[in-house]
Amino acid sequence: MCGIAGVVQSSNQVAKPITKTVLKKMADALRHRGPDDEGIYCKDNIGLAHRRLSIIDISNGHQPMHSSMGDISIVFNGEIFNYIELREELIKKGHIFLTHSDTEVIIHLYQEYGLDFVQLLNGQFAIGLWDDNNKKFILIRDRVGICPLYYTFEDNRLIFASEIKALKPALTNGLEVNKETLDQIFTFWAPVSPNTFFKNIYEVSPGQLIIFENNTLKKHVYWDWDFNKDNFSNNSEEQLAEELHDLLIDSTKIRLRADVPVGAYLSGGLDSSVLVAMIHHYGNVPLRTFSLNFSQLEFDEKSYQSKLIEHLNSEHSHLMVKTEDIAKNFMQTIFHTETPILRTAPVPMGLLSSLVHENKYKVVLTGEGADEVLGGYDIFKEAKVRHFWSVNPQSSFRPLLLKKLYPYLNLPDSNQATYLKKFFGESLDDPDNICFSHLPRWSTTAKAKQFYSSELNEELNGQAMNSMLHSLPEKLKNMHRFNRSQYIESKSLMGGYLLSSQGDRMLSKNSVEGRFPFLDHRVIEFSNRIPPKLKMKGLNEKYLLKEAMKQYLPKEIINRHKQPYRAPDLQAMTGEYLGEELRHHLSVDELTKNGLFDGKKVSFLLKKADSGRKLSIPDSQALIGILSTQVLIDQFI
Amino acid sequence: MNEDENNTEDLLRTFILENYLFTDDQKKLNNSDSFLDTGILDSMGILEMIYYLDEEMSIKVAPDEMIPANLDSINNLIAFIDKKTN
Repeated sequence: MCGIAGVVQSSNQVAKPITKTVLKKMADALRHRGPDDEGIYCKDNIGLAHRRLSIIDISNGHQPMHSSMGDISIVFNGEIFNYIELREELIKKGHIFLTHSDTEVIIHLYQEYGLDFVQLLNGQFAIGLWDDNNKKFILIRDRVGICPLYYTFEDNRLIFASEIKALKPALTNGLEVNKETLDQIFTFWAPVSPNTFFKNIYEVSPGQLIIFENNTLKKHVYWDWDFNKDNFSNNSEEQLAEELHDLLIDSTKIRLRADVPVGAYLSGGLDSSVLVAMIHHYGNVPLRTFSLNFSQLEFDEKSYQSKLIEHLNSEHSHLMVKTEDIAKNFMQTIFHTETPILRTAPVPMGLLSSLVHENKYKVVLTGEGADEVLGGYDIFKEAKVRHFWSVNPQSSFRPLLLKKLYPYLNLPDSNQATYLKKFFGESLDDPDNICFSHLPRWSTTAKAKQFYSSELNEELNGQAMNSMLHSLPEKLKNMHRFNRSQYIESKSLMGGYLLSSQGDRMLSKNSVEGRFPFLDHRVIEFSNRIPPKLKMKGLNEKYLLKEAMKQYLPKEIINRHKQPYRAPDLQAMTGEYLGEELRHHLSVDELTKNGLFDGKKVSFLLKKADSGRKLSIPDSQALIGILSTQVLIDQFI
Repeated sequence: MNEDENNTEDLLRTFILENYLFTDDQKKLNNSDSFLDTGILDSMGILEMIYYLDEEMSIKVAPDEMIPANLDSINNLIAFIDKKTN
């Protein structure tokens, strides 16, 4: 990952002219994303800044980069994995290259194809491109939101950066909390794109580009998840498994392209195991893996990791995360997430990337995205069971299937379905609701809102759900309900949390780049044509993936019950583990000062947490959500 | 209501008020309020309460006793505890 930033103004008549000093400050704020090189460009109404993590063409990839005529300037964060093939095609068309970097390929692609070039990219990218001939500036973000890209528009200036902290030096005023976004996070775990936790600061949504021309911003969607039922494949199960197999080999192989060694995360679950097996069999590089272990056994997956390491003979490093490590690293984690979080899971991911960095690796492949693309999440199963249940809502037997889905959650072991019904029965009478799959999760998460201050409650008027519904496209109504769940999951939790708070931010804080073979757009587009019944056969998740890859993996990995990545939450953030500094942020005085939460209620929550009793998920999410919000305000506002 | 029952009622009310309504305002809870209907407790909350009954009051709730008739209000809980202890 690199870091990009810049300021573009429509004329010289602005209150705050672009200066190299400001651009340098913006670049400095992104130093962790790119410690290897820095570049600043400032001319007329354009200011660009870049921090580089050198991975491809290490000696020649300095940025900002310009076309040979100087009419195109670019800052680019990410990787174009098919740059070699694109470069060859461009050379055939007469383009002359001065470097072997993928950045230069983007410049030539734009010269050759205009904005349509983005359709040719296979990769992860955030791009800022100035076209001096047409006096327009373009911001482009990859299809699914792997590389972050934020912007604001104030006083006729477009200010953009890979992280919000890098916008600050160029802003006329400071940052302010966007309370409506806070409410969205306390419902969906993540802001509804393009919102962020900060007022007037937006992300370029995944799959979008923004054109700044004649002092106006125009947004354009160039790619979206397409689950058209008419496009479902009629190929046999065996054919589809073979196609998926071949695609995954290629998507993995091109993600090993680098001029530095590439490693991989190994959790012990199916997805990372598939990935590591692909590297072992087809990568033609030494297999180097990194894992997290937890001192609390309920979160640890060491036995599965060991099986794979032995099976594939990987050179392996692991990091044992102790419960106390979570609170100790919480504040610096929040500094990087730049948004409130409801679970502590990002913290260990940040520690894992530090292990990668210490081992002098800059790039890791991870299995992220497989669950969204190929149908792995329990929430998809849950929705399937709830649909089955909704046909006969009075059934006591049908909801008990839900207990099988969550063995790790200790759901009530009751012969009566009443309590399960209360938890999962949300909208059971409305199975055609387009958000049916996600309503129980959102309703559980929203319990944290009981800690809002009365002032915040008055200010907000339950707009979070409307914002979500407004963000969802009409085409969702015509999708198969399984695909609807996939769409919502990919657009909300994956883009807004997994790839950002738990993904890019936790990697880039230690100057590590993540690559995601399951999120190759060819894999996604192929998978979108797989009939849902082959993604989840009965309640067997990622069925086709297992069929495609079972030849490479031990049966114990293929057949294991899916265990989502979790980290110690509440137990790590209470009692002796929660130090004075964090407790200070939860004090009645601090809560009252920020005005978002009810200090007295939160003190009862903290007392409950400190009691040491096993607590519920909503309480845990509330405490971590409130604490991270308080910390964020202290750090940024 | 005898003294033991009063004590049980106070303990239960304090537990529910402080741990689920996050308040010490007695007016926020009636003894007949259904925990499920009012949203005071969900299935996770019920689990927590079962742990509490076990740890603090030595009342063990069997799986077939995990029903609203036993657990869904202060009054139901008092009656259930009374039945278990006598």
